[in-house]
Order: sequence, then structure tokens, then C-alpha cells
Amino acid sequence: MGNALVDSGRDSRPAIYCQALRKQYRSRSGTVDALKGLDLEVGRGECFGLLGPNGAGKTTAIEILEGLLEADSGEVEILGMRWGQNDDELRQRLGISLQETRFAERLSVYETLVLFRSFYRSGKDPAEVMAVVGLGEKARSWVGKLSGGQRQRLAVACALVGDPELLFLDEPTTGLDPQSRRQLWEIIRDFKEQGRTILLTTHYMDEAERLCDRVAVVDYGKVIALGSPGALIAALGGDHVVEFAVADGGAVPPEELAALPAVRGVRVDSAGAALTVTETHVAMPALLELLRARGLEPARLTTRHASLEDVFVNLTGRHLRDEEVSPS
Amino acid sequence: MKRYHPLKELSLARLREFFREPEAVFWTYGFPLLLAVGLGIAFRTRPVERIYVDIEQHALAQEVKSVLERSPEIAVEVHSPRACRDRLRLGKTALVVVPGQSYAFLYDPARPESVLARAKADDLLQRAAGRRDAVATEDRHLTEPGSRYIDFLIPGLVGMNLMGSGMWGVGFVIVDMRVRKLLKRYIATPMKRTHFLWSIIGGRLVFMIPELIVILGAGALLFGVPIRGSLQAVFLLSLAGAVSFSGIGLLAASRAQRIETVSGLMNAIMLPMWLLSGIFFAPERFPDFMQPLVQALPLTHLNYALRAVILEGAGLLSQSWRLLVLAAWGGVSFVLALRWFRWN
Repeated sequence: MGNALVDSGRDSRPAIYCQALRKQYRSRSGTVDALKGLDLEVGRGECFGLLGPNGAGKTTAIEILEGLLEADSGEVEILGMRWGQNDDELRQRLGISLQETRFAERLSVYETLVLFRSFYRSGKDPAEVMAVVGLGEKARSWVGKLSGGQRQRLAVACALVGDPELLFLDEPTTGLDPQSRRQLWEIIRDFKEQGRTILLTTHYMDEAERLCDRVAVVDYGKVIALGSPGALIAALGGDHVVEFAVADGGAVPPEELAALPAVRGVRVDSAGAALTVTETHVAMPALLELLRARGLEPARLTTRHASLEDVFVNLTGRHLRDEEVSPS
Repeated sequence: MKRYHPLKELSLARLREFFREPEAVFWTYGFPLLLAVGLGIAFRTRPVERIYVDIEQHALAQEVKSVLERSPEIAVEVHSPRACRDRLRLGKTALVVVPGQSYAFLYDPARPESVLARAKADDLLQRAAGRRDAVATEDRHLTEPGSRYIDFLIPGLVGMNLMGSGMWGVGFVIVDMRVRKLLKRYIATPMKRTHFLWSIIGGRLVFMIPELIVILGAGALLFGVPIRGSLQAVFLLSLAGAVSFSGIGLLAASRAQRIETVSGLMNAIMLPMWLLSGIFFAPERFPDFMQPLVQALPLTHLNYALRAVILEGAGLLSQSWRLLVLAAWGGVSFVLALRWFRWN
């Protein structure tokens, strides 16, 4: 009670604050810059996503914030505290799920959760957490017998059992089937509804769009775009994307496409063209008319809502999922 | 609300993991038992071996043969000189006697059974020629419990097992957790690192008790190997050995990032001790120039002390020098391991 003033000072600070984070790795072929001056600020109660392709530096960033890795330079403040000064206090209040942890195969789900619960001064009843993540029926099963999705939910359960204020999730759904992903999204939403803070990394833009209040798009160790998914998409100039390709290798000059009504952006690559449009029903007839006039047959024609993927491609000229491999 | 104590939960987890892994249980308890039984049978007290002696064809051959056959251990055959040499070369006989005015013995002095045969044959021939023994001698055969090979072996196996399971039970377990990123996951919680290390070492000490019971029990029940010292002394000595080797195992595991690395490292540490530290035969058999190395190894001292307590009934105090050597190895290893330990 004596340090109520200090605490209220801390509580008014952002959940996560970092500035100018730099980290280099030495490898056989020289040094690799994993982070090149990363700045972030995540407010309390926010669900914040670090979005980027594999190798962008997301895991390096989150592990520095988790106090598991030391930055070469830069400042970090978590819940108003610093690593190296308040470690135990911080650890009591954080929940962490690493990218890949293989828990002891011959312990049951319940035994694993009790073990993790025992590390915290206060926390949740392991049985209750098991129910929250939908592993109640697996209480007595050995971890070695769980499916990939169940193991991932166990990993999140181990992060929740200390009743954390701030949850770090590194690639929580990578490699999972759609149903398992949705189950995890539900768990994350539940946590957020209690007013707690979440930082997650992902290279699935649909995941970031569905879960996150704000995202930072990370590429080559820097934040290249920051904002709510809606705002980032809106900045493209249109909500919809029309993608098409023409048969027999024909092509339409980009200038002509850009001149069509309601078209706000044009991207042409080897697979075809993508138009960012404000109103599909205006752009589409004009596009078809243009193709007919040039005697071209559309081989593929789709429309969809613009996504964070388009934001990323627009910023970097590359696709997020170019290297869709499970991270090592 | 239920209270959970981290040290208790970590230790429980350790015990569960171990006893739920049949391979670990076999290598810790089953393997030394099989080894003890196998070696015990191989080296059990056997009927007297036959000594094979050939005599070259000669007028006196039959006479010599009857002299040598007075000893029931000796099997005598008479062959041509050439056949005798062939049989000697092929190991079918240990000694060739060439009769005449004096006797000649043909044999390879590097073959122990040949040396034995020569001594026996010489003795029999000299007596037959009228030699009188200058002093009376008497044979007392030592086959009572406590002085056979199996009695020597069992404390050695206890020592070997304390070393092996101490190193593997700590080193392997820790590197496995590091590979699984479980160590990293643990330090992402408020877990106290000392609790974790105590649970690993504590687990090791608990697993040691059935080990002792299995090996010493098998020795006592199957071969009648005595335990002359107090059980308390045996237990405390084993505890010292287990702690010491846990420390060395922890050191081997302190930085290794792969199972292969730690396995190689631990085998390299254990190999000299398997050979030199007196598990299967007395370390004094090694030449003098190797003794400084032999005497520097912790297992050498553990084995000496185990034999003194188990076979001679020595007290722990008389072994304090050996305990000190074990403590030094364990202590230095712990300190270095904690300094170098890599959690992630």
C-alpha cells in the first residue's frame, strides 16, 4: 500500500513500450540485422499484432519484450517496469507462449498445468483453465498423445494459468487446421474481453484482421506500417480488390487500367493484375468493356475485400506468404 | 484455494517422467542387474582347469608320463618332436617336456598357463628325483563369500551405476529439455532456477535408492555377497557418489545444445573411469606412470570406499579422504556448471 503512488504511475504507463530496438546475430556468413530500430507502444487492454513474413524479426522482437533475449541497444518497458530491475514482479504478471515448446510427453495435461500454476504466487485453478481452452476431457491424457491443435491450446493454457495481465503469443496458430485456429481465436477473444492486453505475432493476415485492434507490419527488422487493420486497408484507397488474368499471355497496359472509373490502385505481376477499387459494381463493367475492346478473354476474374495482404504487397511488392513454410 | 509448491511439483514431475519411461527404468535398474548376473555366472568358482603337457617321444617318455600323471590336473600325451611343436604353436598343449639325462621345457613364457604348467611339471619331476621340501606348506582355498571375484565385482557395479545414472539422469534430462525449449519456457515463468536444479538432483537421489537395493540385493541373494559395513554407511557413501556425479553431469550439460553433443561429452568423461577406476579389476594393475591419472578419478575413490565399506566393514570416517575427493569433484563441477549454464 505504501507504494500506491508508484503503482498508479506504473499503471498509467502503456502495457508495452519499446524504442529503437536493435539486434544483430552473428552467423557464419557475417552478421544479420534481425532488428533495425523497432519502436512500439501497446496500450492496456489492446490486442496488438506483429504481422510480417517469416524472418522479419517478429520472434526476435517478442522475445526481447518477454525478457528472454537481450537487445543490443534500445529501451524496453513492460507494464511500466524494466527487465533487469523487476524481473520476478514482471514474470508474475506475464503469460508467455513460445513459438514451439515441446512439453514433457509423459505428464498429463492436468499435471502440466498444475506444474506451471505452482510457479506463480497467484493464478487460476488449473481445472478451470483446462475448461477454458477446451481440454477438460483430456485432463488425464499424456501430452505425447495430444494433437497439434491440442498441444497449442495447452501451450496457451500454460500461459493463462498464472492469470496474467499481459499475454505474449508467438505464432499461436502456425501449422494448425482451420478448426483448431478458430478455437484458439475464441480463447484469445475471451482473454481480451476481460480487459487484458495481448501481443501476438503472426504471418496470417486474416488472423491479424480478426483479432487485433492494431497491427504493426514488420519487414526486415522495422515497422513499415502501423494502425488498425481497417485503417491500413482504407489507406489503400479502396475496400475491394478485383483480380484477373487474361488468356494466351495477353496484357493490358497498367495506365489504361488505372484510368478506369472507381480504380484507385493497380498492381501487375506475372500471375495477372490486381485492382484496388472503391466500388466493384462501377469498376467491373468498365474492366470487362476494356477487355472486350482489346479482344482479350478473361481467364480468371475474382473480386474480394481488400486485406492486410494487399497492404503488405503494396508496401513491399512481395507477398506475405511467399515462403509459406513452418518456422524452424 | 489450493496451494502449489513449485519444488514439490517440479520433483513430482521428475519422478513421474522417469517412472513412466520404461527405457530409463531398464537402463537404471535392469541393466546392472543383468550385468551382475551375467558376470557372476561367468566368473563363478569352476572345477580345477586341466593343464595340458606333451612329452617328446623318447625311451624315457612313459616313465616321465607316469610321474606327471601323479597330479590329477595334468593331462599328458606323447608325440613326435614335430607334432609336439605344432601342438604347442596351436595352443593344444601348454608345455613340451623333452626327456633325457636332464629335462628341457619348451614353452612360451608369455602364456600364463605355460608358465604354470612348467612350474607344476618341474615340481613333480624334482620330487620324483628325490627332492625333499625344505619347509612344510599348506594350501587354503579361498572360496568363501567376501573374497571371490563376484564379491569384488558387486561394489564396482554399484559405483559404475552411480556414475552412469548420475551423469545420464542429469545431463541427458537437462539437454533434452533445452532442445525442447522447455528450459526457455520455464524461465519465462517466475520459477526459481534453484528449485528447478534441486528437483533434478533430488530426483536423481531418489532413483539411486532402488538402484542400490537391486544391485546389492541381487549380489546377496544370488551369490551371497556380504555387506559387512553398516547399511547407513553404504547409503551415505552412495549418496556422496550420486551427488558428485550429478554435478559432473550438470557441468557436461551446462552449454550443450544437442543431445549428440552431451552424449559424446559424457561418454568421453566416463570412458577413462570405466577402464581405469576399478570396476572389473583392481586399479593397481595399471603401471606406475598411469597411477596419478587413475588416482585422480572420482570413480576410483568411490569404488575403493564402496569395497572397504561393503567387503571389509570399514566405517565412513576411515574413508574421509575418498569422500573429500568426491566432494571436490562434485563441488567444482557444480560451481562451474552454474556459472556457464545456458537456459535458452
